[in-house]
Amino acid sequence: MDNVTLARATMGTSLGFHIVFAVLGVGLPLLMLIAEGLWLRTRDEVWLNLARRWSKAFGILFAVGAVSGTTLSFELGLLWPRFMAFSGAIFGLPFTAEGFAFFIEAIFLGLYLYGWNRLSPVVHWLTSIPIAVSGALSSVFVVMANAWMNSPSGFHLDTSGRLLDVDPVAAALNPSTPTEDPHMLVSAYVVTGFLVAAVYAVGILRRRDDALHRRGLVLGMSMAAVAIVLAGITGDTSARFIYQAQPAKFAAMEGLYQTVRGAPIHLGGIPIDSEHRVVGAIEIPYLLSLLAALDPGAEVRGLDSFPPNDRPNPVLVHLSFDTMAGLGTLIGLTAALFWLLYMYRRMIPRSRRLLWLIVAAGPASVAAMEAGWFVTEFGRQPWIVYGILRTSEAATTAPALGPTFVIFFAIYIGLAITTARLLLLQARRNRAAP
Amino acid sequence: MSEPEIVAGILLLALTAYAVLAGADFGGGVWDLLASGPRARDQRRAVAEAMGPVWEANHVWLIFMIVGLFTAFPSAFARLSLDLYVPFTIALIGIVLRGAAFAFRAHGREAAGDASAWGLAFGAASIVAPFSLAIGLAAVASASADRWATPFGVLLGVFAVSLCAYLAATYLTVEAEGTALESDFRRRAIASGLASGVLALACLGLAPGAAPSFAHSLLGRGLPLLILALVNGPVALVAVWRSRPRIARFAVAAQVTFVLWAWAVGQWPYLVPPDITIQDAAAPVATLTALLVVIGIGMALLVPSLWLLFRVFKARNPAAI
Repeated sequence: MDNVTLARATMGTSLGFHIVFAVLGVGLPLLMLIAEGLWLRTRDEVWLNLARRWSKAFGILFAVGAVSGTTLSFELGLLWPRFMAFSGAIFGLPFTAEGFAFFIEAIFLGLYLYGWNRLSPVVHWLTSIPIAVSGALSSVFVVMANAWMNSPSGFHLDTSGRLLDVDPVAAALNPSTPTEDPHMLVSAYVVTGFLVAAVYAVGILRRRDDALHRRGLVLGMSMAAVAIVLAGITGDTSARFIYQAQPAKFAAMEGLYQTVRGAPIHLGGIPIDSEHRVVGAIEIPYLLSLLAALDPGAEVRGLDSFPPNDRPNPVLVHLSFDTMAGLGTLIGLTAALFWLLYMYRRMIPRSRRLLWLIVAAGPASVAAMEAGWFVTEFGRQPWIVYGILRTSEAATTAPALGPTFVIFFAIYIGLAITTARLLLLQARRNRAAP
Repeated sequence: MSEPEIVAGILLLALTAYAVLAGADFGGGVWDLLASGPRARDQRRAVAEAMGPVWEANHVWLIFMIVGLFTAFPSAFARLSLDLYVPFTIALIGIVLRGAAFAFRAHGREAAGDASAWGLAFGAASIVAPFSLAIGLAAVASASADRWATPFGVLLGVFAVSLCAYLAATYLTVEAEGTALESDFRRRAIASGLASGVLALACLGLAPGAAPSFAHSLLGRGLPLLILALVNGPVALVAVWRSRPRIARFAVAAQVTFVLWAWAVGQWPYLVPPDITIQDAAAPVATLTALLVVIGIGMALLVPSLWLLFRVFKARNPAAI
């Protein structure tokens, strides 16, 4: 394999691994803050127990997130030196801000994890606030940098390709930031909420129907329900922005080949390049134009209107987009069903089918988030900096990329297995000594 | 001073903080691996307790340095990433395994018991990471970053590991003041301190051949720092020897600082000698100014937070690191 493919595979693996821990680093502190706060208010030990259990799990999750995040900061240079030589001065600022956010998160997490017996209850609870805030800010800052790759701004190039008029603040607040940033942030809460709910749904299915499991389920489903609604709204504005700003990505998301007025939407199906159409999709007329421009007759550019070497891979992008939107809808419906039944019966629903749906919604939310990230990354191709620098021109010339990929792949698998095993062991011990 | 020089100075301070704080955490891994005698278990526990609350914060100095480097000096970052691909990748593997192994053991212990495989990974990775980073540093100082596999690099790598071990043992002596472990760590501090001294002199001996221009500036501009390091070294050792752990801790941290600053002064104004200077690689002034503002705001939040962290967890022995 060539260096570009290997660099993409290595970066993609690292990001795909890190993002799961990163979103939990955003969402779990908020749940810990809420649970411990409820304990302080009510003095009901069940809330304290929940916060303590989550903090134990978070100790492992945060560390794995921290080291995999370090890998990424190095890999930006190790895999994409030309990209960084060009972009560093423009989009480095939010990375630096993220560095500080991460600093604050690590410091207060140290206080939180090791301070249960050293700090007074109120002070201990207070330390969870900077963790939750800086966790969210980390996501906001780092996605600004990714948004810049989608909407490079805050600089000019002269005819010889030299950088002029660099404005790092304008680069951080590029046109993609207002849509991409909120969507990623709420997705972090979506994933955390559904994963936590899934854990307690399993418990209730296994006849551990106690206050702790019920409250864990309710807290998780609360976060999930609020966040999935916001994810729908921010996803919609994101898609409409992409229609304007990255028409090739938009065409690939929808598997649209010909530029048409009154474009239909394709649900599912596989785009076939040679036939210039999507095969096997459910087609809903006019809906794409309506969603993209709020006008059923609006024109939507198709892939065919772009030179072949400027097109993203529609198979990957379209299937990823449909996976994200489809799973997002399904888990949203699951949350809606849960809360409707809850309000109707005034107690948590115990239908085994619904509980199993909630269990499935946990991994489904992770898959939806990963798919959404695929959409933005594969959809930006063949560019690493949209319209400015091609991915193929940015990769390192260093040898030995193959072994690096294999080694990191193996390390991530080892870390994933060990993390899962330790979390399961923690859960077992929690049950033995509550 | 111009903006690029100010930012370069800040990055050097961050590197110093990383070396003095996270270096000791790597050293903790060394002593975990080499724990021995009747109190081996207690030694490991002392390492884990000392590192637990602070290692992640200490680790962030490295990330700060990396992002600061690629924001302020993007072409130097790109060049180092290309030339030092192999040592950096190996260091990275070490950093990942060290952190994960420590967390698995610290937070998984009550769940999984003492998992010895991760303990071994923790210790081994704690050696690999500083060793590889120092090889990178040696290659940069030698003005041939793309040829890093040299005897000088290996020697400097071993020196870095021994310095980490020295730092850790000295800090741990303070943490263990008044317990049976104090003498365990004191002996380890003396041993690693002597080893560091010998290795430092050996590195100095090789420098004129391996890194001539660097050695030249070290004996010119860097001479005051070099002398400080040469005088301070024995002072630190004597303080350890005579059971003055607090003075010793300060002196050992100062020793690490002098070594790094001597290196920095030695290759000033080059970031990547022989051809990339601080000015060559500097980002536009707008970026550097914005960066300084962000760093100012960040430090205003960071410094009190760090103070609180160390105050809470090192208060048993105030000012212990």
